[in-house]
Amino acid sequence: MPGSITIFLDKCTGCTLCVKVCPFGAIHMANKKAVIDMAKCTLCGACVEICKFKAIEIKQEAGPKKDLSAYKDVWVFCEQKKGVIQSISFELLGEGKKLAGKLGVKLCAVILGSGIESRIEELSQRGADKIYIVDHPALKSYQDDPYTEVMVKLAEEYKPEIILCGATTIGRSLVSRVAVKIDAGLTADCTGLDIDEKERLLLQTRPAFGGNIMATIITPNHRPQMATVRHKVMKEAEIDKGHQAEVIRKSFSDDALKSRTRLLEVVEELEETINLAEADIIVSGGRGLGSAEGFAMIKELAKTLNAAVGASRAAVDSDWIPYSHQVGQTGKTVCPKLYIACGISGQIQHLIGMQSSKVIVAINKDPDAPIFKVATYGIVGDIFELVPALTKEFQRILKK
Amino acid sequence: MNIIVCIKQVPNTTDVRIDPTTNTLIREGVESVINPFDAYAIEEAVRLKERCGGKVTVITMGPPQAETALREAISLGCDEAVLVSDRKFAGSDTWATSYTLSAAIKKIGAFDIILCGKQASDGDTAQVGPGISAHLDIPQVTYVKKIIEISEKTAKVERMMEEGYDVVETPLPCLFTVVKEINTPRLPSIRGLMKAKSAKPLKWTAEDIGAVPGLLGLDGSPTRVVKIFTPAPRKGGEMLKGDTSDISKELVELLKDIVTG
Repeated sequence: MPGSITIFLDKCTGCTLCVKVCPFGAIHMANKKAVIDMAKCTLCGACVEICKFKAIEIKQEAGPKKDLSAYKDVWVFCEQKKGVIQSISFELLGEGKKLAGKLGVKLCAVILGSGIESRIEELSQRGADKIYIVDHPALKSYQDDPYTEVMVKLAEEYKPEIILCGATTIGRSLVSRVAVKIDAGLTADCTGLDIDEKERLLLQTRPAFGGNIMATIITPNHRPQMATVRHKVMKEAEIDKGHQAEVIRKSFSDDALKSRTRLLEVVEELEETINLAEADIIVSGGRGLGSAEGFAMIKELAKTLNAAVGASRAAVDSDWIPYSHQVGQTGKTVCPKLYIACGISGQIQHLIGMQSSKVIVAINKDPDAPIFKVATYGIVGDIFELVPALTKEFQRILKK
Repeated sequence: MNIIVCIKQVPNTTDVRIDPTTNTLIREGVESVINPFDAYAIEEAVRLKERCGGKVTVITMGPPQAETALREAISLGCDEAVLVSDRKFAGSDTWATSYTLSAAIKKIGAFDIILCGKQASDGDTAQVGPGISAHLDIPQVTYVKKIIEISEKTAKVERMMEEGYDVVETPLPCLFTVVKEINTPRLPSIRGLMKAKSAKPLKWTAEDIGAVPGLLGLDGSPTRVVKIFTPAPRKGGEMLKGDTSDISKELVELLKDIVTG
């Protein structure tokens, strides 16, 4: 039986709080009582929470509770490219350690690749208690089929309680497939993780509607509990040179690792080498730059700060800079420690992609530009004067 | 070539506003639109049809009013439309949604390519596309930015990666999720608008698609939303004033700790 939602008409006062809070527009008022449109309702519970009169009840039939005690340990899928472990993996190991501690279980790193034996020490020093390593030529670069096969087989054999993975191109493609194959719950792009110690549940918090609302999601009756996690929100695991992990090497036959798709070529095309999603600092340019040449000073400032270069949709659509630099709804979502927006007015679609940055600096000539509403520090002025002046000043203190 | 496009109707984000007193989303008057990423999937499907011949079937799972999105897709060049709608789907997470869509796709019959937008702008999960291909056990390429070559049996595409792109070859049938860079969607044609007006999308229920009831909606969803809250809106901070040199010095001082990291 599916879940149900009930309005107690005797308790409903027609205050309309639930109408306002419903993220799905599924409640309206009829005769001063709340009415739920079941075609839109997702039983998310926002209305139950807000109702002051306990007039709404949701019953979620969880079904017979399964025995989930066979599942233990927190796994981190450690993404490697060309044998280099991606920094998101260290962030996940840092966060995974906390979760494993609360659950009293082991933190395990899982790494797939070719010729990656030498990575063991690095993962060990980042606090993994156990390392599952699958080293095979077919796993050299990411391909959906063999990576899915390995993760499914490992999860079925060792039964982890939790699997964390970066919300990267590879991560999102991989675990979406794995979760379907092993009937696991999967939550995308989390920005907060915690443990309900009593129920041993992973509490996964993530933004929705472009960060305008936050949702906390659990996986009550399925294991493992899987989540992809956004870059730069978790703190990297500290390096402990003395830490030793137990290593479990698994081998797979060539046949099991066959891929239907074939990777023909890997092309790198970012104008600088800093990955937008992983950058601590991003300097972004928008329409205010006026031309492709305008990006020269943005790149200069970015170089000084060891930062990545971002762009608004307007700048990308004008062909001033490739799409891979676009920040915002149809581009990338970023949350660096520092985001410097130069000549970007701050359309909602851009704000969605960067408003969770820790510190935002906005420079724009229009004092009414919406970007100032989210900026930690705002400057109304000429970017062509301010950006070079800032670059010089940064160079001075950084002694570059 | 039989092409299937999966789309979702979402609230138009440009309309999403926050009520300053209750700190919640204002839904009134918010228009429903085709998920912006799905517009690229529709356009690419129509271009493939123009390139190789064949038929484009557009499919959506959603409430009855999602029919509007299907009609719009027809006006943009899709040939047939399927609305998968049933109260039993309420509360579906990405597992149940991809299961439901895969069951409906099986009912549509033989296909060569399934196209999806890379993610929906309301949920932002990017999980349903790969979920469908996993349920159907077909190969997938996510974040496709270009279809370089396509024949009856194989396709060669570019997959966007963080540092650039991969060139990937895949046998058909397969599923692609596409990014904005793949094309510039066209506007509806007059002929398309006429066709959309008279189109009769197929309407399928859970029973019609032969879905296992326990795998649908909330029952079929491993995940549960337990809390929804609105984060405190980000407040505008300090405006720095003065001449260029003063401002630069002040700002650099304020940011010193971050940049020396």
